[in-house]
Amino acid sequence: MRYTFLLYSDPAMSADMTPEDWVESKRVFGDYIAALQEAGVFIDTDWLHPADTATTITLAGGEKRVQDGPFAETKETLGGFFAIEVKDLDEALKWAERCPVVHYGKVEIRASAMDSV
Amino acid sequence: MSRDSAQARAEDVARAAYGKLIAMLASRSGDIIAAEDALADAFLAALRTWPERGIPDKPEAWLLTVARNRRTDQARRDARLVITDEANDMADAQGTEPEETQIDERLKLLFVCAHPAIDAGIRTPLMLQTVLGLEAEQIAKAFLLKPTTMAQRLVRAKKKIKSAGIPFVMPEREAYPDRMDAVLEAVYGAYAVDWLEGDGDLSHEAYFLSSILAELAPDNPEALGLTALIGFIEARRDARVDQGVLVPVPEQDTAFWDARLIERSVSILTQASLRRTPKRMPARFQLEAAIQAVHAARSVTGKTDWRALSQLYHGLMHAYPSIGAAVGRAAVVAEDAGPSEGLKMLQLIAYDGLESYQPFHAVRAQCLAELGRVAEAAEAYARAVSLCTDQPSRRWLETKIANLRKKMS
Repeated sequence: MRYTFLLYSDPAMSADMTPEDWVESKRVFGDYIAALQEAGVFIDTDWLHPADTATTITLAGGEKRVQDGPFAETKETLGGFFAIEVKDLDEALKWAERCPVVHYGKVEIRASAMDSV
Repeated sequence: MSRDSAQARAEDVARAAYGKLIAMLASRSGDIIAAEDALADAFLAALRTWPERGIPDKPEAWLLTVARNRRTDQARRDARLVITDEANDMADAQGTEPEETQIDERLKLLFVCAHPAIDAGIRTPLMLQTVLGLEAEQIAKAFLLKPTTMAQRLVRAKKKIKSAGIPFVMPEREAYPDRMDAVLEAVYGAYAVDWLEGDGDLSHEAYFLSSILAELAPDNPEALGLTALIGFIEARRDARVDQGVLVPVPEQDTAFWDARLIERSVSILTQASLRRTPKRMPARFQLEAAIQAVHAARSVTGKTDWRALSQLYHGLMHAYPSIGAAVGRAAVVAEDAGPSEGLKMLQLIAYDGLESYQPFHAVRAQCLAELGRVAEAAEAYARAVSLCTDQPSRRWLETKIANLRKKMS
């Protein structure tokens, strides 16, 4: 099954990170990606600019509306994702537990609905 | 064969084999709702064909095969809902699954329901329904919820199991402790429901499951505690009702108790105490089992040790406080320290729903009667009768009222 990890954290946490912290953070994430690749479960990942740089668009009200900022204001925001292919939720949980974000934020695990329809 | 007896037989099989069949049908797809639908169809097919052709040699295997075929048909027809009218090709259906795999499948289903990704509050109800076949309505009653609310939560949990991809496997050993509590609670819940209202099938299942769980996790003192607890109560099965009237445990004829089962339960409870971390208080099921062990000791000593019971109930109120334990404690305190002490304990109980809790009124009536407050006692007994839902208890309460009347006249 394909699972997506939605990575949520408080952007204020990274505000006072030093250049050394960033280097360390890049290394930690690099190691995690390498581990996923080595296990043959890696599909994709991305790291996103902060939510306050978001642009939101909708046509749902019948007219086009473009908004500066995220869809919803929350303290913890979506900062990135991982997509992996594993057997079941137990395996997904094991990988999610190793994702560096769990130490300062939250990882929401969502199964792909593409296979089930 | 008559339609009625075919129906009765189908219902027997349904009760006894429900969890097994659901577990086996859902194990590959993870789709419990589809498994329930397929099994319901199979039961309907059984009701149509069994009266004419007789009951198959292996009714469980027959139901499993028919349900599997139904599900395959369903998948093939995609969204179109057509139910075939004939079960011709299925009449001789025989299963090939050995007993061993069936047991494993059912345990897997228990642990699936106890998965940490499932909301903690719905784990036990989910097990009661999918593994032990209880109706949502019965479960709602036991959990003091509206049936519609309970049904919605159950459906949500089943959908989650499928869509989130929770695997139908036995968890790794390290995961047992986290999930065991919910599993044990469900097994005991099934036992308790059947003890009051059922015909014993579910009780046997519950005792059997608790034994397997104790074998599976011999280091878990609560798994051992639950097995001992159910064993003690089960040992008194033949003594609990006399000519349709409930016999309270301290008044039961110990000659009707199953001495071997009591002995076995004592030894399991001893094992539990050896597994427990030293100096730590025993948890709920061990305490409840210890309470039953004290009752059981009467078959040897000839008397009930009320002081020991009072201490154990005190411990239970610390470890696992509940309205049942609170009223139980008041009842044993009344025996140990006298009816006025018992009344005092009853007055201290502060639980929602106390006014509509039958044992509360029954214990209160007993205390009042012993104090000679006959009119109040009669009133309390009458209140207990009005809240009583099972026949043997009702008859027992009515004999108590009759005895009071004799006293009054």
